[in-house]
Amino acid sequence: MKDEITRDERIDNLKGMGCSRKRVEDARFTQGKGNYVDDVKLDGMLFGDFVRSPYAHARITNIDSAAALEVPGVLAVLTAKDLEPLGLHWMPTLAGDKQMVLADGKVLFQGQEVAFVVAEDRYAAADGIEAVEVDYEELPVIVDPFESLKSDVILREDTVDENGRPTDGAHGPRNHPNHIFTWEAGDKAPTEEVLANAEIVAEESMYYHRTHPCPLETCGCVASMDKVNGKLTLWGTFQAPHAIRTIVSLISGIEEHNIRVISPDIGGGFGNKVGAYPGYVCSVVASIVTGKPVKWIEDRMDNLMTTAFARDYWMKGKISATKEGKITGLHCHVTADHGGFDACADPTKFPAGFMNICTGSYDIPTAYLAVDGVYTNKAPGGVSYRCSFRVTEAVYFIERMIEVLAIKLNMDAAELRRINFIKKEQFPYKAALGWEYDSGDYHTAWDKALKTVDYEGLRAEQAQRVEDFKAGKTRKLMGIGLSFFTEIVGAGPVKNCDILGLGMFDSCEIRIHPTGSAIARLGTISQGQGHATTFAQILASEIGLPADSITIEEGDTDTAPYGLGTYGSRSTPVAGAATAMAGRKIRAKAQMIAAYLLEVHDNDVEFDVDRFVVKGAPERFKTMKEVAFAAYNQAIPGIEPGLEAVSYYDPPNMTYPFGAYVCVMDIDVDTGVPDIRRFYALDDCGTRINPMIIEGQVHGGLTEALAVALGQEIAYDDMGNCKTGTLMDFFLPTAWEVPNYETDYTVTPSPHHPIGAKGVGESPHVGGVPCFSNAVQDAFRAFGNTHTNMPHDHWRIWKTANELGLHD
Amino acid sequence: MSKKTHITLKVNGKSEEFLAEPRELLIYTLRERLNITGPHIGCETSHCGACTVTVDGKSVKSCTMFAVQAEGAEITTIEGIGTPDSLHPLQEAFKEHHGLQCGYCTPGMITRAAKLLEENPAPSEEEIRFGMAGNICRCTGYQNIVKSIQAAAAEMNSSQSSSSEAVGHKTTEAAE
Repeated sequence: MKDEITRDERIDNLKGMGCSRKRVEDARFTQGKGNYVDDVKLDGMLFGDFVRSPYAHARITNIDSAAALEVPGVLAVLTAKDLEPLGLHWMPTLAGDKQMVLADGKVLFQGQEVAFVVAEDRYAAADGIEAVEVDYEELPVIVDPFESLKSDVILREDTVDENGRPTDGAHGPRNHPNHIFTWEAGDKAPTEEVLANAEIVAEESMYYHRTHPCPLETCGCVASMDKVNGKLTLWGTFQAPHAIRTIVSLISGIEEHNIRVISPDIGGGFGNKVGAYPGYVCSVVASIVTGKPVKWIEDRMDNLMTTAFARDYWMKGKISATKEGKITGLHCHVTADHGGFDACADPTKFPAGFMNICTGSYDIPTAYLAVDGVYTNKAPGGVSYRCSFRVTEAVYFIERMIEVLAIKLNMDAAELRRINFIKKEQFPYKAALGWEYDSGDYHTAWDKALKTVDYEGLRAEQAQRVEDFKAGKTRKLMGIGLSFFTEIVGAGPVKNCDILGLGMFDSCEIRIHPTGSAIARLGTISQGQGHATTFAQILASEIGLPADSITIEEGDTDTAPYGLGTYGSRSTPVAGAATAMAGRKIRAKAQMIAAYLLEVHDNDVEFDVDRFVVKGAPERFKTMKEVAFAAYNQAIPGIEPGLEAVSYYDPPNMTYPFGAYVCVMDIDVDTGVPDIRRFYALDDCGTRINPMIIEGQVHGGLTEALAVALGQEIAYDDMGNCKTGTLMDFFLPTAWEVPNYETDYTVTPSPHHPIGAKGVGESPHVGGVPCFSNAVQDAFRAFGNTHTNMPHDHWRIWKTANELGLHD
Repeated sequence: MSKKTHITLKVNGKSEEFLAEPRELLIYTLRERLNITGPHIGCETSHCGACTVTVDGKSVKSCTMFAVQAEGAEITTIEGIGTPDSLHPLQEAFKEHHGLQCGYCTPGMITRAAKLLEENPAPSEEEIRFGMAGNICRCTGYQNIVKSIQAAAAEMNSSQSSSSEAVGHKTTEAAE
């Protein structure tokens, strides 16, 4: 047989790894044909919505639903009393705690779910909610975690024994009824000793404010209990559909094979859609009670006020160094405000997530971390907003501590980073707080970043600007924000990562069709990351069929193999690995078929792009397409018909993407308005599968970082009223506020991942927040600023300038 | 509940007639009554623009307009902007330049962009960013949305300039 096209053309035709393949998802989305949960419509479907508490802390003395049940269109009103006989008035959180589904005698935060009104449509449900009468007795409100740990007010009755002494929590003893856990990593005494004897010690307290992932689509579900065949189908905004199926089975008693969970198209997740919410449980119960499908969709206020906030970490740091700037020790203590329930979604053994990556990209020989979780009268959560389990907090902490140390040493912060980076030859690197970094080349990335932005030129310009400002020639200061981050993603090895006992592996199942196309199903679920595009590219390169001939499916637990879902940048590191491994199983069987067809021994053929060739005789080959057909139409001795494979992949380690970011900002001292002049982002996510999608992820992650650093927060007053319940108060940047970003990369493949990929979706958020924040703080460094807390909105920036006497 | 009102309107060229309460929002009419699910609900306070449709030639956030206010109106949604066989240049450009990720804002984004390009066929980057500021995207950071709109404008202008000389330039209205 003679080839009509070149080998390079054959590679191009596959649209495999490394090419900017256009997304297959876009045809339906651009034509308004996406299928999100609120687009699901079933015959006779009802609509459920919550009566919510106006108080942050109150006892409920009575709930009267009589008037509501008279409202036309209202069918049922559920309260905790209705759920109690089913054992569903409380539910487990993904953090080892439990959470009220509906208020069980009291409420712990404003907006808490009190009753569930089921009606024929949304308007009737709203009328029903108005008509439910709830009697509240207000209780003292605690919104400050430090006050909570000193208070006589016990927030949760289930945290004390009959003598009022604190009981043990899910992660060990409590030292106060409002205390959730203490979690430690590293060596306390040696760290304290290093700090006590250090030449230089810098200290700082910083508050990483409470914020919210706020995907554009809120959370919701449709529950449909088919009483004829006993099957429950649950559509919803689930970042982990298989885990949701298991949880629903465990708490409802419905056998798992009778539950089908479907995540349809999801309108962004960012961590908001990992956990289980009262709305899911109430919809299921309401469907069982009424015998009809029940839909529940949050409005924006519900979303911002009640589901899955992020951050709210009070961090105290000490960092020690020699006079030359070599870091010798790091000490970190965190007070973590979890609100009324610990409803974060961390692997079981990590109640503070991967906060113990807080030694960052630096070779720090001694370190200690302790985190105390605390209950307050605020919404429950503590989820990872576009980050892998508190990595955002960890990277913010170390990247601020580096800047604070640089000020103390009177040293350039870029140079301080450079002399402390873990060196290329030190990988795999065992960090003081326990992790083994798989790979990295920090110096190369840093040098490339600083050279590209002309760092020295920028510093000279900044120095001139300070002179001009002092001379009254300008009212604008210039800030240079630096950050160098190391992420830890791809949770993770089953030996140390599970959620509710479910190991955090992931999976891929492939079926090759006779005509040489394929379907692959995975345990993950895309929320905009473009899995249908990129996973097909991995397979195209692995099995030699064009990506355009491969359908990717996720999110239906009846058809997809079990997996732990998409969050913490785990899809590519874990499910991407499973995809490659399943592809290799396909290839192994295909090789035997090809050898049979070519009448040679198995070992005498080798894979080349899209075919198997006889070694030394490249004109003799069988394409993968031909092999696929043979798998279904030939009786091959010793080989089963068909061409399918499945892989469940348990990664041997996490992956450690890293990056170097630089932000240049002009700040108007009199208005507090920052103008982002330049943002350069270099990411190293290992092997790059689709550069177009990587860039898109970086743009989006940086924009969410900009939001968090420069204005986005969930704020409460002393009464526990949430002050940021709508998009009027909660900052989401528009096209007007967002700059153009310059993206760049280096490639340091992960040594243990089958294709060397590391994950990128969250890196720009993790690295971006400290970069924007450092830029603001750096602008004021020459005037004595060491640290101010985020969010750096215009008012707070103005206040910083004012406190430094720049308005005098 | 109050008395229902008789409403007639036209959506994507098709006449519709129904009875609705005065409190019924236009987005509800479109999504629940007429099964037009391209426009989405994101905030219900007219900040995010996921529900953007065109009502009598103007971009409107349909989550904060009552159906009764649209009596007699001509409405265009994403479903009326292109067909699978003949996509609008914006639909092509958003695909080509990775102007979307989760897709939730996309129908509103494209509907608004189509109106913007009618108002101002050759907008500068600044005019695009200003004219699109009423539509929030949580995924893309807007860079590729801007690029998509620029590409669509160039495409539309090049196919138009072959038939007509002058391209009218109107002031861009700020989206709120």
